[in-house]
Amino acid sequence: MRITAAEAILKMIEKQGVSVVFGYPGATNAPIYDALHKTKLRAVLTRNEQGAAHAASSYFKMTGNIGVCMATSGPGATNLVTGIANAYMDSIPLVAVTGQVACQMVGKDAFQEVDITGVTTPITKHNYLVKNADEIPKIMAEAFYIAGTGRPGPVVVDVPMDVQLQKINFRFPDRPNILGYSPQKPVDPAQVQLLASALKEAKRPLIVAGGGILCAGASCEFLRFLERLALPAVSTLMGISAVPSAHRQFLGMVGLHGTKAANFAFDRADLVVFMGARVSDRSASNPEWLSEHAKIAHVDIDPAEINKNIPCDVSVAGDIKDTLFMLEERTAGVCCPADWLDMCTKAKALDPVPKAGNSAYTNPKYFLKMLSEAVGEDTVISTEVGQNQIWTANHYRFTRPNTFLTSGGFGTMGYGLPAAIGAKIARPEATVIAIEGDGSFQMAMPELAAMKQAGADLKIVLFVNRTLGMVRELQRDHYGANYTSVDLGAYPKYDRIAAAYDIAYGAVRSDSEAENGIMEMLKTDGPFLLEVFVDPEENTL
Amino acid sequence: MAKHILNALVENHAGILAKIAGLFARRGFNIDSLAVGVTQNPQISSATIVVDGDAQTVDQVEKQLSKLIDVIHVQTLAPSCTVSRELSLIKVACTAKNRAEIMQIVDIFRANIIDISDHAVIIEMTGTGSKIDAFEEMVRPYTILEMSRTGMIAMLRSKEDSKNIDDSVL
Ligand SMILES: Cc1ncc(C[n+]2csc(CCOP(=O)(O)OP(=O)(O)O)c2C)c(N)n1
Repeated sequence: MRITAAEAILKMIEKQGVSVVFGYPGATNAPIYDALHKTKLRAVLTRNEQGAAHAASSYFKMTGNIGVCMATSGPGATNLVTGIANAYMDSIPLVAVTGQVACQMVGKDAFQEVDITGVTTPITKHNYLVKNADEIPKIMAEAFYIAGTGRPGPVVVDVPMDVQLQKINFRFPDRPNILGYSPQKPVDPAQVQLLASALKEAKRPLIVAGGGILCAGASCEFLRFLERLALPAVSTLMGISAVPSAHRQFLGMVGLHGTKAANFAFDRADLVVFMGARVSDRSASNPEWLSEHAKIAHVDIDPAEINKNIPCDVSVAGDIKDTLFMLEERTAGVCCPADWLDMCTKAKALDPVPKAGNSAYTNPKYFLKMLSEAVGEDTVISTEVGQNQIWTANHYRFTRPNTFLTSGGFGTMGYGLPAAIGAKIARPEATVIAIEGDGSFQMAMPELAAMKQAGADLKIVLFVNRTLGMVRELQRDHYGANYTSVDLGAYPKYDRIAAAYDIAYGAVRSDSEAENGIMEMLKTDGPFLLEVFVDPEENTL
Repeated sequence: MAKHILNALVENHAGILAKIAGLFARRGFNIDSLAVGVTQNPQISSATIVVDGDAQTVDQVEKQLSKLIDVIHVQTLAPSCTVSRELSLIKVACTAKNRAEIMQIVDIFRANIIDISDHAVIIEMTGTGSKIDAFEEMVRPYTILEMSRTGMIAMLRSKEDSKNIDDSVL
């Protein structure tokens, strides 16, 4: 079949089972956009390329199909950068197709030229600058293969405009075979045996559940493992929703912004098993101390994570699901000492359940607990970054895996709204709620137009404290309350913003209005913006 | 801190050198030298990297390098079963008066003079890093005008050669 390289790119995308691409057109990706209308692919126009990368990231989380985002060269491509870095840090597969200036212009500082493969090298799993149109099918196949296998991550395919226009003899390529890439290394049974022995010997074992469990689709297996061995578990931010929040053995999020119960257990355990977690500074702020006080075990698909941030005594490099399967027969009869599990579950009393008060503001923690009680199990939650994110992580009660979309490793403000849009487009039947801070909301507010245009009926909970809450708290507690640039000043009237975009609006001023506000939002058809007024003095924890 | 020799076989794709160099800079690994050249297979290059660091660092270097898609194979070469060489070109000030003296040193080190003029010679010298260091010491009194070193390239001795890389790769 003789088709253009641009058409071939789209054929390869369709082959992946992807039905939506997120992006923004321009001159150098015009051939691809031109070819789009001849396909069944739906092109969603975000209002900034960054939003396209975030939306494509959550599209994957909802469907299991690798999200695709597109941008033109130069500023279009650099606008993608934050979204690509976000996907890289949170190990989300993503294929970004960028236009590039024509081959003979590359390197001449042509209009809208940027070396995007150079720019994205540190934040991609791999990237390509395609100079030979015949290589397009093979490279697109490799891009999806690399993005989605092993430890997932973003791949950039940069295609000069003249290459896009060239005709090639198209046929679907064979399964990629890349000399230097063999993602599926088998799990070493001897290492699993060592882990099993460590679990057997431990008096105070603790499991740290990371995002890798969700990534591997191993939540069921993981839960069964926890229950069979009666092990207490904590999670990282990325691991939230791998275990139901209300599960008896689950103590909440660990680390800097974690629950008291989770950190209580973390500090007292004699064996800490990190599963699909990369031991980031936010979840384990003092790895030296930890490795002196406990035996460390680490299970991760990426061998480079093992011994990177913490020296470990036992390690399994490989797939979590396989590891859990192999662990099952090797831990028959193993059970966590009951007094330790008991001590851990009792520690949950250290984190009291938020209750309604009679302050002039809404208590966001109480609000989030109420919200999770009001919604269906299938509800998907996205957050921004800041207090709103931590409040949600600690007080919203998740019941199903993969229902929490948040920017963990990169902490990207402006992530939540486009991520929620991508999720809603991927799963129109699900209720998708974007939990917003007013600072973060203003970073990506133009995406409201994308939301409306795409018919992605989000429920938006906007916590308004008229400040960059988490940074204000930092300045208050560590910089002598010399507040600088944290006041959101002349903030917009959000009811008018909602009206401008033709979005239904409601407000919650205090705890007593919370229930009604939530009900109104959930009952109203179509998109809804719920403005929730919270105290700027409210603490993250 | 100790020096470690790593060898990486890489696919000859555009930008791979920048990817390797960028990885070292980004992750704060100290590299002493990085030498890259093609192997008997024109699609594959061999990179010899000398790193400074403890065992944990070298372990990370090896693993992070392996993660680069264009890197086919990485191994740390134990000095006891490795041969290594470096090439250097040294331009030394030299007149008719001290030429004989300099030539004597060149002979002792089995180096070669490859260019000569009325005021300088260019010496080509191949050897281990320490041999080149020693030679440099010896000619320094005559004034070194210019010096350039390739960085180390290294190979496992054939007896110890690990056969875990498929020959078909090369
Ligand atoms: C793009 C970006 N810029 C800056 C920051 C630093 N930062 C972290 S939290 C935060 C405040 C967020 O404010 P808001 O969205 O209002 O949320 P709140 O903390 O009030 O809930 C800032 C500025 C960031 N995470 N991301």
